[in-house]
Amino acid sequence: MYKNNSVWRLFASVKLALVTLVLIAGTSIIGTVVPQNEAIEWYAGKYGPEISQLIAILDISDMYGSWWFLGLIYLLCINLVICSIDRFPGVWKQIQADGLSFGEERLGKMSNRLSWEVKSSATQVSSRLEERLSGKGWKAKRKTTEEGILLFGQKGAWTRTGVYFVHASILVIFLGAVIGAIGGFKGFVMLPEKQVTDKIGLYGGGLLDLGFAVRCNSFSIDFYANGMPKDYTSSLTVIENGQEILTKTIEVNDPLTYKGITFYQSSYEPYQDFVITVKNPRNGAEKFFTVPFQKQVNWPEEGLRFGVINAKMRDQSLVSSKIWFTDDKGSPTTVWADDGAQTTVKREAGEYLISAKQMYATGLQVAKDPGVWWVYLGCGLMMFGLYVAFFMSHRRIWLLITETEEGAQILFAGSANKNRPGFESSFVELTEQLRDQ
Amino acid sequence: MDSSQLLGITTFTYLFASFLYIGVLLFKAGKLGVAATAFTVIALLIQTAGLALRWIESYRMGIGHAPLTNMYESVLFFSWTIIIFYLVIEWKFKTRTIGAFAVPLAFLATAYASFAPIDKGITPLVPALQSNWLLAHVITCFVGYAAFAIAAALGIMYLAKKRFGGRDKTGSTSEVLPDLKILDDIIYKSLIFGFIWLSAGIITGAVWANSAWGTYWSWDPKETWSLITWFVYAFALHSRYTRGIKNETIAWLSILGFLSVVFTYYGVNFLLAGLHSYGSG
Ligand code: HEM
Repeated sequence: MYKNNSVWRLFASVKLALVTLVLIAGTSIIGTVVPQNEAIEWYAGKYGPEISQLIAILDISDMYGSWWFLGLIYLLCINLVICSIDRFPGVWKQIQADGLSFGEERLGKMSNRLSWEVKSSATQVSSRLEERLSGKGWKAKRKTTEEGILLFGQKGAWTRTGVYFVHASILVIFLGAVIGAIGGFKGFVMLPEKQVTDKIGLYGGGLLDLGFAVRCNSFSIDFYANGMPKDYTSSLTVIENGQEILTKTIEVNDPLTYKGITFYQSSYEPYQDFVITVKNPRNGAEKFFTVPFQKQVNWPEEGLRFGVINAKMRDQSLVSSKIWFTDDKGSPTTVWADDGAQTTVKREAGEYLISAKQMYATGLQVAKDPGVWWVYLGCGLMMFGLYVAFFMSHRRIWLLITETEEGAQILFAGSANKNRPGFESSFVELTEQLRDQ
Repeated sequence: MDSSQLLGITTFTYLFASFLYIGVLLFKAGKLGVAATAFTVIALLIQTAGLALRWIESYRMGIGHAPLTNMYESVLFFSWTIIIFYLVIEWKFKTRTIGAFAVPLAFLATAYASFAPIDKGITPLVPALQSNWLLAHVITCFVGYAAFAIAAALGIMYLAKKRFGGRDKTGSTSEVLPDLKILDDIIYKSLIFGFIWLSAGIITGAVWANSAWGTYWSWDPKETWSLITWFVYAFALHSRYTRGIKNETIAWLSILGFLSVVFTYYGVNFLLAGLHSYGSG
């Protein structure tokens, strides 16, 4: 039979699992010490030609994706599968085991057992005990044998499968990783404010067509009083076939997802330029302009000229700017305004609303990972399995009632596959409840 | 009274309790035992108040967040969970000898927090840390770490008992230590408990990373080391199913595992660079 095959025995063995665990844990250290994903020349410069050659051969520059590291992971998976196939039938047998086939001989050997005598007849006692057991949540089965009447009850037989949930969960997580690697991508785009893109750069190299476009409406950064960054937010709009589909303000920990593709706030880049927005409340005209520092722009339709002539910065961020503004009727207006804050400019012709903010590009991490739900499912299964494997047990109890001259003798026995001390105390408690009266 | 004063008092109370527990162990002075437990409980209460006060202080500063966000706070939380875990063991297994190993650990942690040149200020959270997953991640990890710390202390006891317990029958210290079988049992239970929490810690970390960066796993050094630690404990749990592995192996593994925990938690911040570098300082 295949189970006696020595290759099968090797792959079913816990020994192999131990060796594989050591190898995976041990080699994982390499990638935490040797910087990853550098060019080969970099390694040559740092470690010398011989070692850098070794690094190239063994794929150390990308060791967690290397053939030998993935090989170790596959080995662990195969080990797990074979081990489970090897052992599960035995576990299943124990789950299905017919407790009613146990005779006095086996019950007499159990470490949790007690016997006592009663005056009533065996049939009477057995019905009473059965009732009391069911009151305690033990649905007992009954069988009459040569030895007497046997009652059998069990709880948590299925918990014997707990370890298998844990082991299966590891496979599910790896499955999710594979699905993500095949069907997903990771990329990045640095998108300046007011601009639209339908392509992103992939980390593996190359451009990816999203199939729709994203516009960065605005980016803003907020600081705490001590100068630490408090919030990065970007307002993004998804545009498909020329239509604006949805707009969302994203921040770190709160991304935007459309068609399975998720945009994460990841970084930003400040520019020297400004975004000036001007509104004429009298005719409702409003327009924004991207303007370099100390350069003048025209809005010919409204007959306006304006620019930023001075700015207060903290680190690389604009605090306030001095806006120069004219409609060529009278002398130009200058006004200080906080970054992005709307100010009113009074001219002879009437008021204008104007704001100037520093221009940024928002750095978006873009990812699609259809495997992530498998990974989460695996994680859930793992926690469930660990709980079952460690904190739940299969508990079984038997009552053998035999006829005697004065009435009946009762043999009460029980066993649990785990947490024996805990079972012992509940066994004692149950004994008391069954015995009194 | 501010939180750092309370936490300073905690340090000295743990030190005092450590001496009492060591006294119980060395001089078999059982009567000291009640005092040792009492001072540990008092220290725990003061520490709880200190942590709660620090939480309140952060709200007064207008940047309210749980005190679990830098090295100082996490070391304090670590010692807090060690003590709780230890007191539960003391109560369940009715033995105080373990205290001579566990309470000094908590003292060392609080002393490190108080005296090491690390930032003790309450700082606001950078955007990446503004997530409820951070809370879940830190708590689960540190509950696991506390269990592993106790397991390592028990491992040392086991090896000490094994080495000296058999030989001298003169009623020395090692005789006061619990039976090897009991030690083995508590080590195993602590490892199980720690393993569950570490698993949850890695999972919550992965979920958090995915919600912040779109990658649940990026093999950065801290992640990788937490996985290495996890494998060490998976090894320990499976070693029981192989013949030819000696009894004391699990004691050695509990010590090795904890070294890996310390490196994951502490060493990585200072020796290796990565995403988690905010934890240094
Ligand atoms: C990272 C990988 C693994 C994890 C997290 C894991 C987890 C677990 C856990 C939590 C237990 C229960 C331990 C206990 O009751 O003390 C267990 C038991 C076991 N594991 Fe694994 N395991 C892994 C890999 C493997 C592999 C590759 C094998 C292949 C042989 C294996 C074979 C077993 C066996 C035979 C048991 C005992 C089952 C029983 O009690 O009936 N494990 N595992």
